Amino acid sequence: MSRTTERSRARSPRVRALYRWLFVLPALLYMLAFFGYPLVRNVLMSFQEFTPRTYFTGEAPFNGLENWRAVFDDPLLKDAFWQTMVFTVGSLVGQFTLGMALAVFFSRRFRLSGPVRAVLLLPWLVPMVVSAVVWRRIMDEDHGVLNSFLETVGLSSDGVPWLSSPSVALLSVILVNVWIGIPFNMVILYGGLQEIPEELYEAAALDGAGPWRTFWRITLPMLRPVVTVVLVLGFMSTVKILDLVLALTGGGPADSTQTLGTLTYQLSFLRLDFGQGAVVGNILIVISAVFAVLYLRANRADQGSGR
Amino acid sequence: MRQRTSRSPVARWGSTVVALLVLAVMLFPVYWMVSTALQPHSSIASADLIPTSPSLDNFRTALDSQGGSLVTSLVVALGAVVVCLALAAPAAYGLAQFGLRGGRSIVFGTLITQMVPGIVVANALYSAYAELGLVNSYLGLILADASLGLPFAIVLLRAFMVSIPSEVVEAAMVDGANRFTAFVRIVLPMSRNALITSGLFAFLFAWADFVFALTLNTTDDVRPVTLGLYQFIGAHVSDWGAVMATAVLSAIPAAILLVVAQKYIAAGIAGGSIK
Repeated sequence: MSRTTERSRARSPRVRALYRWLFVLPALLYMLAFFGYPLVRNVLMSFQEFTPRTYFTGEAPFNGLENWRAVFDDPLLKDAFWQTMVFTVGSLVGQFTLGMALAVFFSRRFRLSGPVRAVLLLPWLVPMVVSAVVWRRIMDEDHGVLNSFLETVGLSSDGVPWLSSPSVALLSVILVNVWIGIPFNMVILYGGLQEIPEELYEAAALDGAGPWRTFWRITLPMLRPVVTVVLVLGFMSTVKILDLVLALTGGGPADSTQTLGTLTYQLSFLRLDFGQGAVVGNILIVISAVFAVLYLRANRADQGSGR
Repeated sequence: MRQRTSRSPVARWGSTVVALLVLAVMLFPVYWMVSTALQPHSSIASADLIPTSPSLDNFRTALDSQGGSLVTSLVVALGAVVVCLALAAPAAYGLAQFGLRGGRSIVFGTLITQMVPGIVVANALYSAYAELGLVNSYLGLILADASLGLPFAIVLLRAFMVSIPSEVVEAAMVDGANRFTAFVRIVLPMSRNALITSGLFAFLFAWADFVFALTLNTTDDVRPVTLGLYQFIGAHVSDWGAVMATAVLSAIPAAILLVVAQKYIAAGIAGGSIK
């Protein structure tokens, strides 16, 4: 026993450093393979020509900017881009507003508030494909319970074509995604609210500030770092959503819910043009990265000047 | 907002009523899923609001066609948990305690990976998998699904392991254990809660995976239930009762964990996002 100790003590620092790296190395190699490699490979693939034959021959010759030209020439890219933006921003606004309202509401400690808050998490924990399938039935134009409800309360006599009309479908997809995202926003914002010192509220009450004023002057500024985290995480996870759209509308009707995610999928895995799919995938990554950097930087500068 | 707790009992019960109404609206789709699944003839017309004569027929149909997919999901999700924790726990410990040069960049890189869209990973992974013979394999899907929980697990475990006093481990090493043995015997048991939390989320992420299941499989050899459900509604839905029963079965792990492991789930959401 003591001999092993002596031996490990006697190791050179370099050997010891190497030994320590062994703890981190497997995870590091894994992340390089499953995150690093795909990023690099996608850039390369976007300059290669893939055809259905590539699957058998394995040959994908470089073809310069051809994939990029083809993708940018297709008007669908512009539509998919704007629809992705509308979907992402719409989802975030809805999730955040309602999540915040619920977080503030649950901060009044009333009977059953804990258990109710816990059960509210269910929509977020259920697989997205499951939610999509259920909502697809609920929003069915002829047999969906949503339209029967609207009819019963007299809000709409002829059924709303939630998922079957190109002018409504994107809004419907956003509504479902808001429903999925509310719990996550609520839980994190609720956690943030609990960290705000009680004295600030007492001081505001002494100054005679009403609840609305208190919210804008104290709650929101104090919550700022948490809000940043929620919105940045929300943006990054929403902009790339694929499951929900595929299972709810499949990108239709008439491409009205096509996003950059579904477009990547269709180009690569349905048309088997992995080169063009890679182009759209790269655009998706750039959007995500640019937004994250801009937002984090703006927020840091803001905090710096505020102090 | 404690000043509000001094309100009258009526007002406090009023909040409870509002909360229950919110709950009813938010969980209506879940109720509707269960209700439709319990009604045997809900195939064509809309289902009744309340299942007056509930039956488990739909579940029988669902299990007949999707039972295998449920087992596949379970195997894949458990496999992903094992891979995820086996990689994340030592890495988190190393990053928390060793002060490695470049360690901070690795932590930052880990956070950044959450930005990479699954479909982009799948796009590149598919051709690599085709060359390695991993398309349509359990191993391939397990390895890919582990990527959904790994960054989260590393961040969460590292945040916990930073607070383990290094003397604890050093004391064990004086007794002759090498660093790895000390890690297994001392650090892992101490990190039990953090391990459970990250394992739980790794399971839920892998169970819910759809993108990798859809793209890394070209046959039905490895078909998790999310993919089964998608194919179920793919063409023309004739039996919504069975579809909803399948949906209920695929939502069960989330529901069970919400009840059994509430504490860990709350900890996970807070820890994984704020750090």
